[in-house]
Amino acid sequence: MTRALPRTAPEDGGAPRRPSIERAPRRGSRGVTAHSLAGMLFVLPFFLVVVAFLVVPLGFALYLSFFTKSLVLGSRFSGLDGYVRAFTDPLLLDGFLRVLLFGAVQIPIMLGIALAGALALDAITTRFAVLYRLFAFMPYAVPAVIGALMWGFLYSKTFGPFSGVTSLFGGDPVDFFGGPLLLVSLGNIVTWAWTGYNMIVMYSALQGVPREMYEAAVLDGASPVQIALRVKVPAIRQAISLAAIFTVIGTMQFFTEPQIMARFAPQISAGYTPNLYAYNQAFAYSNFNYSATISFTLGFVVFVVAYAFVFVSRRRGAGS
Amino acid sequence: MSAASRRFGEPNPRVPHIVMAAGMLYFLVPLLWVVIAATKSQPDLLSSPALWFGRGFALFDNIGQLFREDGGVYGRWLVNTALYSGASALGATLLAAFAGYGLARFSFWGKGFFETALLGMIMVPATALVLPTYLILSRLGLVNTAWAVILPSLLSPFGAYLIRVYVTESVPVELIDAARVDRASELRIFWQIVVPMIRPAIVTVFLFTLVATWNNYFLPLVMLSDADLYPLTVGLTTWFNTAQQEAGTRVLFNLVVTGSLVAIVPLIIAFVLLQRFWRSGVGTGALK
Repeated sequence: MTRALPRTAPEDGGAPRRPSIERAPRRGSRGVTAHSLAGMLFVLPFFLVVVAFLVVPLGFALYLSFFTKSLVLGSRFSGLDGYVRAFTDPLLLDGFLRVLLFGAVQIPIMLGIALAGALALDAITTRFAVLYRLFAFMPYAVPAVIGALMWGFLYSKTFGPFSGVTSLFGGDPVDFFGGPLLLVSLGNIVTWAWTGYNMIVMYSALQGVPREMYEAAVLDGASPVQIALRVKVPAIRQAISLAAIFTVIGTMQFFTEPQIMARFAPQISAGYTPNLYAYNQAFAYSNFNYSATISFTLGFVVFVVAYAFVFVSRRRGAGS
Repeated sequence: MSAASRRFGEPNPRVPHIVMAAGMLYFLVPLLWVVIAATKSQPDLLSSPALWFGRGFALFDNIGQLFREDGGVYGRWLVNTALYSGASALGATLLAAFAGYGLARFSFWGKGFFETALLGMIMVPATALVLPTYLILSRLGLVNTAWAVILPSLLSPFGAYLIRVYVTESVPVELIDAARVDRASELRIFWQIVVPMIRPAIVTVFLFTLVATWNNYFLPLVMLSDADLYPLTVGLTTWFNTAQQEAGTRVLFNLVVTGSLVAIVPLIIAFVLLQRFWRSGVGTGALK
């Protein structure tokens, strides 16, 4: 805590109790003091960017979503028709379902591996730990586009080492780009890219847990596995839910990997994910109003899901 | 390793190494593939084993061809990427540092509301903003300029949040008070006292925004239509699409692979060099 640090009062015997800057101005009215003005000026540039690139675009998307544009009638107000269309559009609903299914499988797998890796890394005290950490983090430095291209090559029947594995047993080459395996292939790309990052987040949190907690558990006769699951994991619950929230937000916006993979996999349609659908509505069909409707709906759904997630994990955290 | 050197509550020291070795294999095989594939000529890429070298060593030929193809456009993409991500990261970090400090150490009207809103902003998916932003910027005539990529990337609510948390924990109010008594200006206090104290958080936010813009694909894809303005991510995909379509005439797969390798090397070097910073920084985010 800040207050614990030694005071650095000047030696010239000034006022013995300087009022804390955080409390003092609040005593006054709403009048702008020099202090509050300085604070506002510090936040102002950021605030302007927020307004210009978050508030205004969201507002504009909402505004556009109430209009329909057609060649014959031009732009006209259509109220909530866009939303009625969106929520009854089978392509969009399929996209949402696909992303939800994808997340429901991929996120627990990835976070599970990341957690196992973080616990393993936490137990390594040798110099290897530095190397492991670095290597685990490397996929994060690879742009999603390049990750998708790389895996596209690796999955390929002509370039890749994996599709021929089954031929050793006399089977046909594996088709990573079709059928039910396509979602798994996509899931693997995302897992590859983000597991190490999440692992480092959890590992850093583990490093911050006081070691005395483990000593107490050892004295109580807990085994290493019990300590890992009952002491270490609950101790870093916040880091785990943070990683989960960012993953949920990222998954809902799924775009790059399916868009790149569509070159390999014809099964990936224009509405494969909601974000891809919004993009194609705008740039393939010049349907900017409907694209704005989808963008706004997507933004709203992600926001609600993420917020609900925070709310639930906080309550569960507080309850135990 | 002797039992005494092990910390409390640790399993057999071999188990974690086995877990990590399996992880390393998974993380590194695709990267290894890129490194090996970049040494192959186009025919070798198709005919030789994927995870072993081909007949010749064509890495330098590939790199040469990479920077000559399409009138040297790859070099432009590299410069564009560095420019966009450098400018965005610098700007976003500066704004986040100002705002984080302002929120952590000042009180003013509307601050509480803004802090709550900041948490909400973190939840707003960035890509949902891209299309509406495109429509606004196209009305302002800014689409298909570098600004269309840099300006929206200045927004980093998580960066501001991270710095706010870091300032609250590590910059003593008393120190700022003392500087005020000595009549230092607010800006001078920020640059000379606060910034040095929060350097790890600043480096972290800088690195994360740098990687985010370096790797960004959706925003430049939407905003830019002129190939000379593309960053690497968009440029490489256009090459890849050409390679797929004109498989007979001008095959570019070896260039896509070599271009991918050249694109990821700078970031990996940055991570190796700055690893002590991002390690402590990631932890800051993880603990809150």
